[in-house]
Amino acid sequence: MSEYEVVIGLEIHAELKTKSKMFCGCDASFGGEPNSKTDPVCLGLPGVLPVLNRKAIELAIRLAIALDSEIAPNSIFHRKNYFYPDMPKNYQISQYDLPLAIGGHLDIDVGGEPFRVGITRVHMEEDTGKSVHASESGRIHGAEYSLEDFNRAGVPLVEIVTEPDVRTAEQARIFMQELRSILQHLEVSDGKMEEGSLRCDANISLRPRGESEMGVKTEVKNMNSFRALSRALEYEIVRQTDLLESGGKVVQETRHWDADGNVTTPMRTKEYAFDYRYFPEPDLVPLEPSLEFLDEVRTALPELPQERRRRFQEDYSLPAYDVGLLTASKAMGDFFEETVRAGAPPKAASNWMMGELSAYMNAMNLEIEDIIVSPRQLAKMIELVETGVISGKIAKSVFEEMLRGGKDPDEIVKEQGITQISDSQELERLIAEVIKENPESVDDYRGGKEKALGFMVGQVMRKTGGRANPQLVNEMLKRSLEGE
Amino acid sequence: MIDRKDVEYVAWLARLDLSEEEKERFTRQLDNVLEHAQKIKSLDTSEVEPTPHVLPLKNVMRDDEIKPSLSQEEALSNAPHREGAYFVVPRIL
Repeated sequence: MSEYEVVIGLEIHAELKTKSKMFCGCDASFGGEPNSKTDPVCLGLPGVLPVLNRKAIELAIRLAIALDSEIAPNSIFHRKNYFYPDMPKNYQISQYDLPLAIGGHLDIDVGGEPFRVGITRVHMEEDTGKSVHASESGRIHGAEYSLEDFNRAGVPLVEIVTEPDVRTAEQARIFMQELRSILQHLEVSDGKMEEGSLRCDANISLRPRGESEMGVKTEVKNMNSFRALSRALEYEIVRQTDLLESGGKVVQETRHWDADGNVTTPMRTKEYAFDYRYFPEPDLVPLEPSLEFLDEVRTALPELPQERRRRFQEDYSLPAYDVGLLTASKAMGDFFEETVRAGAPPKAASNWMMGELSAYMNAMNLEIEDIIVSPRQLAKMIELVETGVISGKIAKSVFEEMLRGGKDPDEIVKEQGITQISDSQELERLIAEVIKENPESVDDYRGGKEKALGFMVGQVMRKTGGRANPQLVNEMLKRSLEGE
Repeated sequence: MIDRKDVEYVAWLARLDLSEEEKERFTRQLDNVLEHAQKIKSLDTSEVEPTPHVLPLKNVMRDDEIKPSLSQEEALSNAPHREGAYFVVPRIL
């Protein structure tokens, strides 16, 4: 074990799932033609006034409640002043010393052990525009000029700042996964790291074990997947350890995670310490959420992942492993519940989702939302297996075809004539054939070699094109061999 | 006391290019402003709530409804430089 203790604090930004932007009525949805979702407010034209989106406040409060964060009776907005072309107003409306909510915590499960991460604050701010850097390398420096698309400018964000409680890259990743799950379950945010609707920066420093004072930290940015988050932090832990152990010093700076090169490199943005000259936003009046409003939000709070996990375990008697995977994202859990509601036994539904479905999603790099098979279709297919119409093996190829073409399982079965052979006369005939064709295996089996039976079962299955129930063939074959 | 360095720093933050004469003048003027602020600071405000806003208003909000945006052409009509539907800005860093 290293003689250093790792100290990590996270800063997370999540785009809120509102229809319109935070301070104007522009469409807040992702994508679209560049600069097609802007108006005088989010373009920072003179003489306009921002007006706060009620839904954005409600969503941020939902999250604050879920994190046990204390909603401030009075909070205000500040202007964060800086010149960067992604913000047309030259300031970002954010919160400063009177944020929406203070304190709180999130409990995570690290390898079966509960671990609590403290929350410092939850506040609101607006997103910036998107810069496209016109350069060959794609990296910021070296660009000749930059292009700006302000469709994202003014989209509401919630920022979550954690206490410096995290000690390992794994804890950081699990924390982010749990937070994303909460954001999705509460319908506060899409939580798509790759699309940028969920972002995470980390402050990381090392200190000698037992030391209470913090070491010099670096801020790591551009970690846009869970994998990037773990790897960037692991890299940074090794880098700082090596520096300190060789008698060097960590320089306080912002570092950029380069996923292709597997390294963090210093960013040149902080040549000067930023001086944001925060001051209260004069165009927005204070926010004082009434107790009635808070009660309303609390009462209507959707089911949290923790509650869902408990319910899945109790109602469906699923093992913890299944439950963990099925509740990792809200859409996955929803798909599972709809499949069960459509009549599938829970364990069978879970097996198909964790097995074939997940394998397909991984191979094709798809999310559950992209899957064209409906829960009802999956339930129908499971029913075909349960009632013996198709074998489990055939079901796999049927399901694959469903995943690719979205057809109903019964249609595929009918088209391809792949119903299971349950006609025992037909099976008897094939078994007799196999016994006749493989006298050596028959002798081997009778001589006590169990393996030989498996071989003959395989031969029968081959003759049926996989359309027999192997269990049944096994029993019938045994009977034939021992009966003679 | 405001000195020349402070003025240069504030000017840099605001991306202002000041002449020597302006730096001189603004140093004096800002110093006067701060001197006035010092007077206010001498008052005992320990019992007074900070006043971020002077209006007797709170919780002014709108419903989450999409309103028409500007057209791309309108949005870009004041841009000194554009490329396609993007604003072109000087390279960053």
